[in-house]
Amino acid sequence: MSKKVAFLQGNEAAAHGALYAGCDFFGGYPITPSTEVAEVMSIELPKVGGKFIQMEDEIGAMAAILGASLAGAKVLTSTSGPGLSLKQELIGYGCIAEIPCVVYNVMRGGPSTGMPTGPSQSDVMCAKWGTHGDHPAICLVPASVQETYEEVIRAFNLSEKYRTPVMVMPDEIVAHMRERIVFPEPGEIAVTPRKSPTVPPEQYKPYDTSFGDVPPLAAFGSGYKFHVTGLNKMQDGFPTTKAQIVQAEEERQVRKVDANVDDIVTFEEYMLEDADVVVVAYGSTSRSARYAVNVAREQGIKAGMFRIKTFWPFPDKQIKALAGKVKGIVIPEMNLGMCSLELERCAQGKVPVLGIFRVDGEPINPDQILAKIKEVK
Amino acid sequence: MAFDYDKWIRPGKLPHIWCPGCGHGIVMKGLIRAMETLQLKKEETAVVSGIGCASRLPGYIDCCTLHTAHGRAAAFATGVKMARPEMNVILVGGDGDGTAIGGNHFIHACRRNIDMTYIIMNNYIYGMTGGQFSPCTPTGHKASTTPYGNPDPGFDIAKLAIGAGATFVARGTAFHANQIDKLIVEAIQHKGFSVVEILDDCPTTYGRRNKYKSVIEMMNRLKEVAVPVKAAEKMTAEQLQGKVLTGVLYKEVKPEYIEEYAKVIERAKAAK
Repeated sequence: MSKKVAFLQGNEAAAHGALYAGCDFFGGYPITPSTEVAEVMSIELPKVGGKFIQMEDEIGAMAAILGASLAGAKVLTSTSGPGLSLKQELIGYGCIAEIPCVVYNVMRGGPSTGMPTGPSQSDVMCAKWGTHGDHPAICLVPASVQETYEEVIRAFNLSEKYRTPVMVMPDEIVAHMRERIVFPEPGEIAVTPRKSPTVPPEQYKPYDTSFGDVPPLAAFGSGYKFHVTGLNKMQDGFPTTKAQIVQAEEERQVRKVDANVDDIVTFEEYMLEDADVVVVAYGSTSRSARYAVNVAREQGIKAGMFRIKTFWPFPDKQIKALAGKVKGIVIPEMNLGMCSLELERCAQGKVPVLGIFRVDGEPINPDQILAKIKEVK
Repeated sequence: MAFDYDKWIRPGKLPHIWCPGCGHGIVMKGLIRAMETLQLKKEETAVVSGIGCASRLPGYIDCCTLHTAHGRAAAFATGVKMARPEMNVILVGGDGDGTAIGGNHFIHACRRNIDMTYIIMNNYIYGMTGGQFSPCTPTGHKASTTPYGNPDPGFDIAKLAIGAGATFVARGTAFHANQIDKLIVEAIQHKGFSVVEILDDCPTTYGRRNKYKSVIEMMNRLKEVAVPVKAAEKMTAEQLQGKVLTGVLYKEVKPEYIEEYAKVIERAKAAK
């Protein structure tokens, strides 16, 4: 039997990916250029008995999905730049209270209202540093419609596995372009269920580390009663200011991601075996980069591409290894040098990091990247 | 036989954080009596709050409790209720939390008429942060940030709720302790979004700045200003000057949000 095929936009694919992952609650607020996700969810969710709600603002949308997730739902919200800024308050709540949720953010020009219909990649730092305090961060940056579908499923899986908010951040080009997509069969892509408690309700603690760094999460209304707060908390969920407990809990929350980098970080290596120059790229920019690498190869330049698929946690190990092998790193990105800083950190001065930074709402074209590749001596 | 509050209090979580003379404990006892009267199941009941003194209440109650971020209780609770419509969802919080930073979520929860009950403890001040003026601080009164008297007019929470579409709105006071549970019982039984405003006192950060010599004086003020709705019908406008109506102020039957969304699901499935 042939698989179902469609011609979809990235945002539409994201919504269908969420449904494949078992998403049964969506809370959103209209914002360009991500609104199509909400529109598709408003059509599709009630068909499968799920719930869609358009909240009064971005913060309310984030709050609603966190509340629904605590009541056992698999939840999604979608937004873009200014909305992401507003959601940061409660993304932090999701991190400290350890509530699984997926935040789909389409990167448009910023800061503030910026360029609502223009592409950008300037929210990548916001994904890690946007909410205050130390906290884990997972952020996926798909580069195609098919990949957006698949990465949204992976985001749900990671959020359930690590009990933390996960962001999927396509740039506006990926979100709005239309491509052929092949839908997986049911069961073809594994869907990770939430780790539910095995202890009886009277013994349950929502942050019981005797079960490891990711304690099982019960649902409100499932026979378990427990307390959830945004304050630093003890294993039983109640607030504490005891120094030793706060330190240990904060470290555990971050460790959920840090100790599992190899499980989370994904990337694509393209013609890197013998490369002298590596173009590090992500999102739609990687499509221009691939073209530039091909042309460079035709011209006898040993270029390759390292495509970041998981922006956070950052692929430190892989970039450090590359920095020891190549003569230079080229980084094209639609911001004024965000990934570039991470690359410089990982390269530790061993090789030059050459940036191509555009924030004018225009995509970075292959010629620009090719010219920069040629600057590497 | 004395009422057994301990049944609803989480073991080991008392004493509470509230100052001597604060009315929040009176409201909590009223809520507990209401939960007992209605025989709510602890596992099927969620008490959700924001931030502030009043919002610490859920930590003491033995059921599913969610202490959210400042002002966000109504939005979190909306998610809980939609995901688990069979649960009783009760919101608690203060006037600053609910009508300033949480004002937008509050009015939209009223508008949706989602079947939840919101108990607002109105003590006219931000107590936890040390007594800054709230949207409910009376004009001319003093707070730590209105040292020369408050220039702002205040909200009438009940009118705000009625205007925004809440279908059950009641008001009580911390002085009229025996009325609190009765109002909450009726609010929870009402199908739709119900708001119970309890006029409360904060001797520590409000009373001492506004020439109240004692908690008793603050409580007496609540006693003096409160006029039951029925009694008010027989009073002149002049007599009602400076008074506050108490009891069930508004009640109407309107489509409830969860039930309306169930119809959306039916229509979507039929259109499939």
